[in-house]
Amino acid sequence: LSYLTDGNTLRSWLFTHDHKRIAILYAVSITFFFFLGGVAAALIRLELATPAGDLMTAETYNKTFTFHGVVMVWFFLIPSIPNTLGNFLLPLMIGARDVAFPRLNLFSWYLYVIGGLFTIACLLLGGVDTGWTFYTPFSTMFSNSNVMLTVVGVFIVGFSSILTGLNFIVTIHTLRTTGMRWFRMPLFVWAMYGVSLVMMLATPVLAMTLALIAVERLFGVGIFDPALGGDPLLFQHFFWFYSHPAVYIMVLPSMGVVSELITASVRRRIFGYRFMVYSIIGIAVLGFLVWGHHMFVAGQSMYAGIVFSILSFIIAVPSAIKVFNWTATLYKGDIAFGAPMIYALGFVGLFMLGGLTGLFLAATALDVNLSDTYFVVAHFHYIMVGGAVMAYLGGIHFWWPKITGRLYSEAWARFAAILMFLGFNLTFFPQFIAGAQGMPRRYHQYPPEFALLNVLSSAGAVLLAAAYLLPIGYFLWSFRYGAVAPANPWHAEGLEWEAASPPPTHNFDEPPVVTDGPYAYTHP
Amino acid sequence: MNRLAQLPAEPYDDTTQQEEAATLGMWAFLATEILFFGVLFAGYTVLRLLRPDAFVSGSRHTDLPLGTLETAVLLMSSFTAALSVRDIQLGGRGVACWLLVLTAALGAAFLVIHGVEYRADYRAAIIPGIRYAEVGPLAAPKQLFFLLYYITTAFHGLHVLIGIVLLAVTAVRVQRGDYTAKSHWPLEIATLYWHLVDIVWIFVFPLYYLVGRA
Repeated sequence: LSYLTDGNTLRSWLFTHDHKRIAILYAVSITFFFFLGGVAAALIRLELATPAGDLMTAETYNKTFTFHGVVMVWFFLIPSIPNTLGNFLLPLMIGARDVAFPRLNLFSWYLYVIGGLFTIACLLLGGVDTGWTFYTPFSTMFSNSNVMLTVVGVFIVGFSSILTGLNFIVTIHTLRTTGMRWFRMPLFVWAMYGVSLVMMLATPVLAMTLALIAVERLFGVGIFDPALGGDPLLFQHFFWFYSHPAVYIMVLPSMGVVSELITASVRRRIFGYRFMVYSIIGIAVLGFLVWGHHMFVAGQSMYAGIVFSILSFIIAVPSAIKVFNWTATLYKGDIAFGAPMIYALGFVGLFMLGGLTGLFLAATALDVNLSDTYFVVAHFHYIMVGGAVMAYLGGIHFWWPKITGRLYSEAWARFAAILMFLGFNLTFFPQFIAGAQGMPRRYHQYPPEFALLNVLSSAGAVLLAAAYLLPIGYFLWSFRYGAVAPANPWHAEGLEWEAASPPPTHNFDEPPVVTDGPYAYTHP
Repeated sequence: MNRLAQLPAEPYDDTTQQEEAATLGMWAFLATEILFFGVLFAGYTVLRLLRPDAFVSGSRHTDLPLGTLETAVLLMSSFTAALSVRDIQLGGRGVACWLLVLTAALGAAFLVIHGVEYRADYRAAIIPGIRYAEVGPLAAPKQLFFLLYYITTAFHGLHVLIGIVLLAVTAVRVQRGDYTAKSHWPLEIATLYWHLVDIVWIFVFPLYYLVGRA
């Protein structure tokens, strides 16, 4: 009796305590929000296909990119890997029956849904136009859109994030099976540990800051409003104290996924396991110390700028260690280019490009020119879409047989993965050039000399959209008609492959015993 | 009957593991609480550095005797909470439940005294956004002080309120005989939470009542 067949009623899903079912609930709901945010992205690219502002007014355009940002950041990227793959795999990978607090886990999903309903309500009532960053005093004193609804929605979904982080931390500390020592944990589990620390310690700052915005709007007072004696820069400090670590909430799990995908496809131990662990924790910790690089031109002191710039350069070191170690793992390996590996390699390349352009932006002098241009937009889309979304999809493919007990169509999956890589680069690479030439972000029209680059970008978006829709098709087909998967179709290492596909409700018949480190592949 | 020793909950192998998880869970939760309050303390620090004159002037409006009384009441409540855990650890001589009730009552007293302060503030019209009648050049920046004071104390008060409910529920369970000297982690983590509420106040009190009111 697998977890999928253990109860068929709607009630058995909506009141489940099983981490695997909760993972499915999350997967369905974040996919919904992904396409909702994707529609907004499509509208943005459609508007920018021509230099004139002909599709929508400036105001509608503002609301569209705000909605795109809010939905993609808080309702897709942040919960994406931790709440789906993390929920599903974490207990399996450490040999546990469930997470430490199963009811809290379900409660987190309900918080996510309630937060999502607020955001949808905001959309239906006319949207919000502040940008996903809610900068004050615009968001508190001037905007006449539905700021309150959005802020409340994000506030609620923040608690979902905090509680998930707390749950994972406690799970990893207390529920590891016999022999699963800290340095025998798969890197995906380490990544979940790192990301949980960030979710738990950064999100409260966002929640409190949003609460302060709500107070300002409700009572007409001004902690952040200079007209009332407040300090708008303080808001930016608080906001980025969360929102920069949030980038690592998106990227650390991706790094964990990619480490699993690469080792299984190359059939080798990861190169420099301990350094991979240290760099995960290093990124999680350093990620808290670099937020000021979002504010180089906002009026913070020059000395603060210099310190934040240096720290931002330093955080590139652990990130580079990871890229080097993945590459070293490939060296002389017997590489199988299945769909998961194509996604993983795509991740490494795009993450590297996104990371290196991040160094341009971390340089205080260069940032003055590039700030608020399409260069920034391209940079963070390389990290978030090229990095996080590629890794998420790679992970979904890799563990699909484990999750559903079915095999997907390898040919279609490879086609979609390659199309996604090409479509992504066509969409976002021209934006680097447009940004470097000075095209500012967040305008619905632009000078005609940027027309070619924007047409290329919009054309790429069509390919990208097709590549995102394809998996929906062949995954649904596979779920119904796909070949039945064995327990370990990839002959991969890891406790999750020792459980049946799909696993029974309590994962293992007997608690597994671990005697060796992860990735114990024997290389021919 | 000792209910804890019998049944570990679903994901756990035994009750020791469950106890470890629950205790770590509470500590982790307290860490997030520190960051929630941290925003308010950081805001206080920054705005105080920006407008020292307004903050000095604002802090003269807080009620020092009542604030001191609140501090004493809350410290005393932490003491009775710790005593109740001690009583259970020593085998329970029947006073643990009443010590918890006393703790909750002291918490309630804290809220009542704070209510008295709020009422006086309302009469003096120094509640920004609700009733604010300060005039002069410092009227605008002074409201920052009051605003932070109200948000911080209200958020803290909310924690006291939650704590009172938690302590009341725990008191009922103690009376029912759920806990033994060996196994009493729900009592332990409830009092842990209460100590955090107390510690936060230890920082609120000097910042808003003591510093620079001369």
